[in-house]
Amino acid sequence: MYGWLWRHLPGPTPVRAVLAAALVAAVLVVCFQWVFPAVAPYMPFNETTVGEG
Amino acid sequence: MSGRTDTVRPPAHARPSRAGTGTSWVYGAVGVLGELLITLGVLLLGFLVWQLWWTDVEGDRVQAEIVRDLGFDQPAPSEGPDDGVAEPRRDEPPVLPEPSLTESFAALSVPRWAGEPQRPISQGTDRRTVLDVLGIGHYVGTAMPGGVGNFALAGHRVTFGKPFNRIEELQLGDALVVRTADTWYVYKVTSTEVVMPSDVRVIAPVPNEPGVVPTERYITLTTCHPMFSARERYIVHGVLDYWAPTSDGTPAELLG
Repeated sequence: MYGWLWRHLPGPTPVRAVLAAALVAAVLVVCFQWVFPAVAPYMPFNETTVGEG
Repeated sequence: MSGRTDTVRPPAHARPSRAGTGTSWVYGAVGVLGELLITLGVLLLGFLVWQLWWTDVEGDRVQAEIVRDLGFDQPAPSEGPDDGVAEPRRDEPPVLPEPSLTESFAALSVPRWAGEPQRPISQGTDRRTVLDVLGIGHYVGTAMPGGVGNFALAGHRVTFGKPFNRIEELQLGDALVVRTADTWYVYKVTSTEVVMPSDVRVIAPVPNEPGVVPTERYITLTTCHPMFSARERYIVHGVLDYWAPTSDGTPAELLG
């Protein structure tokens, strides 16, 4: 999977490394910004209120 | 760069298996599965970093911004004749009407939590719109600051800025200072308890006595207990000690 990705990135090794790092950073940003906040309320901890909620 | 063929030096794990072609796809599938599992592990680690660290960074920033926007970070302009200490008043305090959902209308300062910033209080206890983004939430339908009944608040004990992180440090008699645009309300802690999440009696108009008509002005804080668990709730009750107009100075508890 990652081998395939590496082979399909363009350019020499340094350029590929930079591109790969950029891809990793992009995934992290998407997770921090949208994925994790959307998932967090379903986690079984962190409830602070009394009542049905 | 295009002179190189794709297979000149692929990483070791990506090199085609030398085993018979019949089994190579099995190795390929196992390899992909392994990489997926590693990825999943890294993402879970990322979730932990986000939950335990980044939500605090974001929460602290957003909540400080709200307090700034409300103008509550400034010391109240003192028009009194004295040293800037607000004169305690124990007559009928002004009580705001309940604001619309998610509106920030007050801020909480707790002298016992030295080093903790002032935290905004916003209407509602929905996680997505209030508790996870704005900090402390006010239970809809409970009393407003200074009102007869129970001014009930919820806040995170860990993550999202963790406004109630140090709740267990509170001792009987400690001040809980609530500020609205024009008024200080100084409550004193009267009791703490640990209850089950379904025990709504703690936010009844008279705490723990649902159905009883209140005559006192209570405050109740609710948060999770133990830390990092949703098994129980840590509860702090208090009662209004005095109030003062913000134009009169700052409560002595905050100047201490």
